Amino acid sequence: MIWYIIRRLLQGIPVFFGSTFIIFSMVFAMPGNPVLRMFGDRTPSPEQIAALEAKFHLDQPFLSRYFLYLGDVLQGNLGTTYAGQSVNEILARTFPTTLRLALLAVVIQLGIGVLAGLIAGLRKGGVFDNASLVITLLIISMPVFVFAFVAQWLFGIQLGWARPTVGPGAPWSDLLLPAIVLAGLNLAYVLRLTRASVIETSQNDFVRMAYGKGLTRGRVIPVHILRNSMIPVTTNIAADFGILIVGATVTEGIFNVPGVGNELFKAINRHDTPEIVSIVTILVIVYVLVNIAIDLLYGVLDPRIRYVK
Amino acid sequence: MRITRIAAAAGGIAVAAALVLSGCSSDNGGNNNGGGSASTGVVNVAWGEPENPLIPANTNEVNGGQVLNNMFAGLVYYKADGSWDYDAAESIESDDYINWTIKLKADQTFSDGTPVTADSFVKAWQWAASNPDLLNQWWFIDAIAFEGGTYDGGEDTLALDVVDDTTFTVKLAQPRADFPVALGYTVFFPLPESFFDDPDAFGDAPVGNGPYKLSEDGWVHGESLNLVPNESYTGPRKAQNGGLNFIVYATQDAAYADLLSDNVDVIDTVPTSALETYKDDLGDRAVEQGSAVFQSFTMNYNLEHFGNDDEGKLRRAAISHAINRAEITDVIFQGTRQPAEDFTSPVIAGFDPEGIEGSDVMEYDVDKAKELWAQADTINPWSGTFQLAYNADGGHQEWVDATVNSIKNALGIDAVGLPYPDFAGLRTEVNDRTIKAAFRTGWQFDFPSQANILGALYVTGAGSNDADYSNANFDKLFREGLAAPTQEEQSELFNEAQGQLFEDLPAIPLWYGSVTAGYSSLVDNVEYGWDSWPILYNVTKSE
Amino acid sequence: MSSKNPVRRAPRFVAEVDEGGLGAVDAVRVSDRKSNLWLDAWRDLRSRWMFWISAVIILFIVFVAIFPGVFTSVPPNDNCILSVQTQAQAEEFGVPVGTRISNHGPLPGHPLGFTKQGCDVFSRIVHGTGTSLSVGIIVTVLVAIMGIVLGAFAGYFGGWLDSFLMRIGDIFFAIPYILAAVVIMSMFLHDRNIWIISLAIGFFAWPSTARILRSEVLRVKQLDFVTASEAIGLSKFRTMFTHVMPNSIAPVIIISTVGLAGAITAEATLSFLGVGLPNNIFMSWGNDISAAQTSLRTAPQTLIYPSIALSLTVLAFIMLGETVRDALDPKARATR
Repeated sequence: MIWYIIRRLLQGIPVFFGSTFIIFSMVFAMPGNPVLRMFGDRTPSPEQIAALEAKFHLDQPFLSRYFLYLGDVLQGNLGTTYAGQSVNEILARTFPTTLRLALLAVVIQLGIGVLAGLIAGLRKGGVFDNASLVITLLIISMPVFVFAFVAQWLFGIQLGWARPTVGPGAPWSDLLLPAIVLAGLNLAYVLRLTRASVIETSQNDFVRMAYGKGLTRGRVIPVHILRNSMIPVTTNIAADFGILIVGATVTEGIFNVPGVGNELFKAINRHDTPEIVSIVTILVIVYVLVNIAIDLLYGVLDPRIRYVK
Repeated sequence: MRITRIAAAAGGIAVAAALVLSGCSSDNGGNNNGGGSASTGVVNVAWGEPENPLIPANTNEVNGGQVLNNMFAGLVYYKADGSWDYDAAESIESDDYINWTIKLKADQTFSDGTPVTADSFVKAWQWAASNPDLLNQWWFIDAIAFEGGTYDGGEDTLALDVVDDTTFTVKLAQPRADFPVALGYTVFFPLPESFFDDPDAFGDAPVGNGPYKLSEDGWVHGESLNLVPNESYTGPRKAQNGGLNFIVYATQDAAYADLLSDNVDVIDTVPTSALETYKDDLGDRAVEQGSAVFQSFTMNYNLEHFGNDDEGKLRRAAISHAINRAEITDVIFQGTRQPAEDFTSPVIAGFDPEGIEGSDVMEYDVDKAKELWAQADTINPWSGTFQLAYNADGGHQEWVDATVNSIKNALGIDAVGLPYPDFAGLRTEVNDRTIKAAFRTGWQFDFPSQANILGALYVTGAGSNDADYSNANFDKLFREGLAAPTQEEQSELFNEAQGQLFEDLPAIPLWYGSVTAGYSSLVDNVEYGWDSWPILYNVTKSE
Repeated sequence: MSSKNPVRRAPRFVAEVDEGGLGAVDAVRVSDRKSNLWLDAWRDLRSRWMFWISAVIILFIVFVAIFPGVFTSVPPNDNCILSVQTQAQAEEFGVPVGTRISNHGPLPGHPLGFTKQGCDVFSRIVHGTGTSLSVGIIVTVLVAIMGIVLGAFAGYFGGWLDSFLMRIGDIFFAIPYILAAVVIMSMFLHDRNIWIISLAIGFFAWPSTARILRSEVLRVKQLDFVTASEAIGLSKFRTMFTHVMPNSIAPVIIISTVGLAGAITAEATLSFLGVGLPNNIFMSWGNDISAAQTSLRTAPQTLIYPSIALSLTVLAFIMLGETVRDALDPKARATR
């Protein structure tokens, strides 16, 4: 078990180098000189362009820029933005907020998605099953920005149940509305997966056997059906955790959440290489860690899966 | 050119933010402000994270500029209507418009207690002019370079001489009568001695000589920036409130939503999505007025069919006649833009399109457009598609689509918008002269003078002459106008120069910008200036 | 299941079958119809009304996508006017000179009204069908192929291959598709098309499908029939393709149908962020929906109709996915 964790952690090292390299090359491949953007519609003199390119190492070849960045990162310095801010500081400021937003969204997904999926799966073809299908369909058929605008307008402005935008310090209560929007999209996936999985599991012999033994529904459903149905759902939620953080870009923008997604989009617009690469690399690391946790969870959910070696 | 929030890439979705927790503590600080009639509330201002350190010579966008303007006092300041008056200066005089003598008011100090002297200005300017990696370095070269000064900068670029503690002189490369007007611009603010010890630290926590100073909380990156009144400031722009709390918003929509719930007091732009409803939402707290923003699109003279020849002139004029500016400003912008009639702005002194020869080229006239286009076809038949490039991250799509549709419908040619994913990509092709399309251009005036836009965009070899326009007659008229002793004489010469522009159309003027803004029910005395910025020191708010 | 292949005959490891008693029970009934998983599924599908409804809707949408001209003769992009300026236009639209066409409601010949640019909403929806559908299908196929193949290999073979593929997946997955899209769309600035945007969306989306399939393969490969298949001597590859994959694919089909909807909305989101297909050249529902948001309050028809078209397509594909899943799962079929 412990060896399994160590092995997975060691695998994280090539992932780190691989992702920094790929992202660095992607940003490098973006056409357009970030220096020119800083001047708006005004065209700077060649001397100014040269001076600023030198300042940000933009005049150097790809590999030397990459190693320059890597050297900084290995010393714990994630670089500075073109505006002279430390990326470490930016991440320390924005990451906790996004993490909280993503956690809240996951809780909503688990709470509502799994519960609704379970009911829909157990009462397949019933009223609840069909109603949940229609509602989730409505949600996934809406692009995230439409859903966000509708939610902001309806709950924030018309009904006044929540602040239309996130307020000082991003308290949990303000994060609820954006978290619902964020969860909404994947809610449909979670619900349908749970439902499908529940239907499949309930037809297994061990479920019939459990009922046959005379166990009550109250025991069979949570212990035998739900637990065995959670594998694909867990994977999906883990996989989605990365999306929650990155995909929060649009939602964070609309609800003014001071998070990473927002910061990343701004950095992409500025072609701010160190900032983009650092943010995405951190996301990769978080993602790797979450996945290790999920794989370990498999073992708990399904005793037949064992980690050997 | 200031980067407006619209022009900048951050226009769509950008900075992250929230109100700062410590907002209350600066409220208390405001109570100490002893001013008799002044209110004590802290005004919340919608804001965006500045992209650069808060150093006057390195700030060229709205967010940083707005803060600096309230923290510093330049030699002169601008009133709401674009006229100017002395702030830190007592007098600015010249006999020949080349040699200028600037006298400062006595006994002024920075908020750290050090005195404001002639040196504070001269050293700041010399430093800025000699560092080409500052975003505004070009400014000194363009505006006050000594004859023979180079773009590389250096100590000798500017001819500045300190006469005594409160007096210094400037010698310009060429005569310009509007020199004092330019001096209110951000780049000409003074810097205290402490700046030169550690410019980086200063950029994070600037020390100025203006109506406000940084509060103890200061600048919390990505969240807010707090200003409190600066008691040592004795100039004409005394703070009438208990402080300013600049709150970072990711989007204009988010700021607008908070304005409706009185969580923010002043916004400087209403989001496009609310343009149709904001007057109903805000009532008499909605603001709409002209501003010194000029929008156009430009075709470089290397663009096929639009070269510097007869065909090019005919086609440019035909395109101009084919755009229904009135209809587009009315329908797409809900009347928040004014159709352009010249190459400047109606809020800048000297505006008089009637007095310019050839300004009828701005009229929408399908028959005339078709006729000119057909004439051009006889010289060299048209082929291909008319493309208008824009950056997709700045909210330009609607008007670009409407404009190309107007051209398409009038001329019967294929015309499309060409979106570039981001601003950097667009500007790189414009700068390299590799762009194979017309491209959107705009200008927000740095200081209220027609010379600002005409000099920067159309003079041969000028920095932002993206069309590579070069006309000896225009250059001559512009230089004469610059040196003209009175406003009337200057306007006359500038109008004549604009006549040349109408003949050649290096850019196709589209419309003038407007301020569409609003304020909360908690504040009073909110006024927006010629530069579209709210005049924050005058805003009152009770607690 | 492999009875149709006479060459490969499983050797008997146990005692000879008793020719007497159980022989009759064990005997293969040759007169029965041939049967395999997919054939059974098809027989099952045929009997479901949900399948037929979704199939008809999808066929209709595909037909609209291929032959938009059958449904509307109004050009989607030409003759877009903001307001009526001339007498000729007034006669064409049947309204007086000066009327605003921008965001106008329905007029004769224009059943759904007009967009902000004064283009015909109905015509744009009809002509946008192809773009949205193509993006959805290309992305889904791309993601499914990459996800299934890589996920199956990772899950079934395990070991270093599993680790390697999953780590590649981690890298790709963590790269935000917005970044990928901006980069790819900038690189192909002057020839952006459906293939490029599909690649931008799909190339970074496969890891989630791969992970789903992998975890399902992990489950399936523990089942008895897989052990049996290996025991009777089928190669690992053959076992994977004939037994493990078909039995693991159900969740992928559900994910894919929902993913198709996701791809269509992703295209819309990219338009919202300004890195979608150029709207003047490509009609797409995503472009229209994102353009309509500024008129949300005053002219909801510009937002609602493309959204309905999108939702209907999504609905059809999800219903199809549901029925196909049920049909593919023999157990679900048995107890229905």
